[in-house]
Amino acid sequence: MVNTEHLIICEHCDCVYEKVVLGKHQKTLCVRCGGVLQRFNGLTIEQRLALTFTAAMLWLFANFYPVMSISLKGMKNSATLWDSVLALSQGPITFIAMVAAIAIIIAPAFQLVLLIWVLSFALGLRRAPGFNLCMRWLETLRPWSMLEVCLLGAMVAVFKLAGLLDVLPGIGLFALAVLSLMMIRIAGRDIRELWDIL
Amino acid sequence: MKRPPTASELNLCLCHSCGLACDMTDEPHECPRCDAPLHRRKTNSLTRTWAYMLAALAFYIPANLLPVMNTVMLGNGADSTIMSGVLEFWEAGAWDIALIIFIASIAVPGVKFVALTLLLVTVQRNSDWARRERSKLYRFVELIGYWSMLDVLVVALVAALVKFQALGDIEPRPGILFFGLVVVFTMLAAMSFDPRLIWDKDTSDTVSDAASGAAPATDGAAPDPTGA
Repeated sequence: MVNTEHLIICEHCDCVYEKVVLGKHQKTLCVRCGGVLQRFNGLTIEQRLALTFTAAMLWLFANFYPVMSISLKGMKNSATLWDSVLALSQGPITFIAMVAAIAIIIAPAFQLVLLIWVLSFALGLRRAPGFNLCMRWLETLRPWSMLEVCLLGAMVAVFKLAGLLDVLPGIGLFALAVLSLMMIRIAGRDIRELWDIL
Repeated sequence: MKRPPTASELNLCLCHSCGLACDMTDEPHECPRCDAPLHRRKTNSLTRTWAYMLAALAFYIPANLLPVMNTVMLGNGADSTIMSGVLEFWEAGAWDIALIIFIASIAVPGVKFVALTLLLVTVQRNSDWARRERSKLYRFVELIGYWSMLDVLVVALVAALVKFQALGDIEPRPGILFFGLVVVFTMLAAMSFDPRLIWDKDTSDTVSDAASGAAPATDGAAPDPTGA
């Protein structure tokens, strides 16, 4: 078996390169197709784990506090993320409720649990039990986690309802805003570096 | 133009899960590092992409024609489709919100259909036209993929909030199911497409490293680090 760990293959055109050490804000591009090969990763394991715990707390806030509340002629109502999933689940369209639940609740939750598991062991420079499986799931879940879309959706919903009745953004919305930005940073492609470190 | 050697020339294969360059001399079926299945190219890439995309295209019609939600305000009920929601914002003067919904719900799926068809047809014709730009186009399709879920989530939130019986009530309608299916199927289509197929019949370029047949451990050109 030849050692190939220092090589990097462009996923867009199959060109083979040698890995290089990057400085701050640097990235490497494929000369043939222009795709990104490597990007500088500024997070240490400790920092990423700390951010993951913060994100997990925010996930709790985003899920257990109402995203927004409305009032109409003295009547009040508020909705959490789970309430909006349930609103879709009635009638013949239940399937889309499942997709929405995965996109805004389940996938981010699994990503956070897997990250905490993998990173806690990585702190001691050890591979967590089931490391391979966890890392593969983190790759699979990434495209289906849509918190940033949910954030934009919540803001559109505020505008949509503001013309009809009084809308008040809730704690859940602020938690969602910060959480969606943090997920981009901590659950991105650069967690693959754990394969090289551990 | 000079290019580095490709993985197939060096008998390597990229693991899509962990990014390892796997040595293919023993024809392993799984990545030695992460156990994910190895494929030199995504399995049946063109057929699967066509199938997912045509399914999405079929769902796109009811998604736009059927109402996505029903609004009852002070006793008056009305169904609204995606397009009527956009027009409502536009007429109310909220052109920015109208634009966001129009881009996410109508333009993004439309662009994806056109772009994926273009990519599929050019790959099937072994075209050498604008390879670099087509690669960029694919990355763009991947990037915009899930933003079309916007309308599904808006309807979900709005329907969960407005529950005041006769005074005001909003309910989702079947259009939103088809709309969600369009998003899921276009995402699956984009994931099944293998962008390396764009470059596979690339004969115009010369390999920059003369020793391309040598052992992978000593091969490969160093990429240029460029400031972001």
